[in-house]
Amino acid sequence: MTTPSDLDAPPRSRAREVADALRGDRATRWSAATLALVLLAALAGEILIGATGLLDPATVRLPDKLLPPLSAPSATIAVAERPGLGIYLLGTDDLGRDVFARMLEGSAVTLTVGFVAVAIAISIGVAVGSIAGYLGQVRLGPFTVDGVLMRFTDVMLCFPTFFLILTAVALLPPSIYNIMVVIGLTGWMGTARFVRAEVLSLARQDFVLAARALGLPPTRVIVRHLLPNAAAPVLVTATVSVASAILVESSLSFLGFGVPPPHATWGNILSDGKDYVFDAPWLFTIPGLAILAVVLAFNLLGEGLREALDPRLRRR
Amino acid sequence: MLGYLLRSLIERLVLLVVVSVLAHAMVHLAPGEPSEVDPMNPRMKPEDVARLRAAFHLDEPLHLQYAYWVRDLATGELRSFKDNQPVLPRIGERFMNSLPLFVLATLVIWTLSFPLGVQAALRRGSRFDRTTTVLAYALIAIPGFFLAYLVIIAAVQVLGLPVIGMRTFGAETAPLSVRVMDRIWHLALPTLMLAFGGIAMLSRYARAQMIEVLAADYVRTAHAKGLPAETVTYRHALRNALLPFVTMFGLMLPGLVGGSVIIEQIFAWPGIGRLGYEAILGRDYPVVLTLNLFAAVLTVAGTFLSDVLYALADPRIRLR
Repeated sequence: MTTPSDLDAPPRSRAREVADALRGDRATRWSAATLALVLLAALAGEILIGATGLLDPATVRLPDKLLPPLSAPSATIAVAERPGLGIYLLGTDDLGRDVFARMLEGSAVTLTVGFVAVAIAISIGVAVGSIAGYLGQVRLGPFTVDGVLMRFTDVMLCFPTFFLILTAVALLPPSIYNIMVVIGLTGWMGTARFVRAEVLSLARQDFVLAARALGLPPTRVIVRHLLPNAAAPVLVTATVSVASAILVESSLSFLGFGVPPPHATWGNILSDGKDYVFDAPWLFTIPGLAILAVVLAFNLLGEGLREALDPRLRRR
Repeated sequence: MLGYLLRSLIERLVLLVVVSVLAHAMVHLAPGEPSEVDPMNPRMKPEDVARLRAAFHLDEPLHLQYAYWVRDLATGELRSFKDNQPVLPRIGERFMNSLPLFVLATLVIWTLSFPLGVQAALRRGSRFDRTTTVLAYALIAIPGFFLAYLVIIAAVQVLGLPVIGMRTFGAETAPLSVRVMDRIWHLALPTLMLAFGGIAMLSRYARAQMIEVLAADYVRTAHAKGLPAETVTYRHALRNALLPFVTMFGLMLPGLVGGSVIIEQIFAWPGIGRLGYEAILGRDYPVVLTLNLFAAVLTVAGTFLSDVLYALADPRIRLR
């Protein structure tokens, strides 16, 4: 209901409205806090491992292998090789490496894999979708641009995604870049389709006609006038896609095609830990629960964004 | 309708050809070759490698290799690089192993998701709604093999269930009832693991659909007419909410090949996903390519099926 005081109040900007809707949602607050914590961990990892060298995820201490969390290093370990905190906060793995240090290092790598893969996927999807939607009627010989791009999207959709990723990653030399690129190159089709639909419906509206009448080139119309109006669903998809990219990376690690050493990711810590489920359950549960929390946070944040950006979905 | 079906059938056939050409090119242009799988073996002389390449047509230009592959596939003569066994019977056998897993998982998904989703929508904001929502999100977010390991440990230590493979080794001579129960217990866990993700997704989708329909004008009208709430919910709302799910059925078909690699790997289930994984590891191109084509056929058939079913179920849609 609109009360008189609402009418007197200055109209709230759309950004304010979205921010208020986000803040009002408990799940969104929780996921924002979780993600902030993970970012902080990644940052702390960079500082503690890279800059100060306080923690070392790569030091192998065989006498101290498979120690439970919070245990102290044994006396045989040289002082220089002891963990910076004095204890193994999250225990050690089968090579006596500090799991806490590896988890911190892994949080940065895991997030990077997720973000870069999604950045690639979203960029391709937005480019293909907006070109197909706005310049679709341009002819290339017997075909239209729209026809060519969308049939290509159909072709890509025909490949079973995980099978395709697995094939590509297995055939290419193992490297963290290949994994990010392959996950990105196989994940853009959905974005391309709905950006195209969005652009098609926006392109018929008067403000686009006005922009074209001013003589703006197509790239400027797309970038300045069309895409900002299609940004909301793209943002939601991107958020949820980061979550699935992290899951795909951990699945690849399980099959032995994940990010290769020396990089630690939560996925390959988890997959290494599965061999010690009984002897060292913390090696398995800690990265597993960490992945669960982060993926959950990204999904809930995506859901919260969807509801906040779409007034029709907002709870009354 | 008939014209549409014919045209879309032709379009989809062209699509499949393009997919197979692309897949073939991608697999063959990737670095490394089946003949180089064992480069450090001192007994592999250059002439042996050349002989292997000639035997597999790997020394021919790419388009000829594609033609060989299509010819062999069409005549059923296609043989694996690894063991020289015919590919099609092997895929057929693995397919029959995966099928019960897929069918059972699909049944579990569809029978559980709808009641869960619809109840959550009807009691929006209640404790039940919140619990199922959290559970669904957690099931989507948990890495599949992590959950599978936890469930396996629980099942073995607490219930003593058999978890690996399709049947207990050495139980072939046991009485029929024992063998049947053995098969069922072996099926139970992989089915459940395959179904979890689907239940979570589908029940969320059912809930969203139901909420949207419950807010529609015709539902309000039905209430205003004084119809009992039950009638409105199940006759007016539910029917319309279920409509989009007709298409989901077709779209889940390709999961038969790609969706179960991890689960089949964990449970040592000799299914089609695991066959693909082994073929990729061994660079067994004929198997990889044929499986890929099979998956593409399932995808295309799935979207075709969902188009047709949607047109049959929704009178507002006319295929032209």
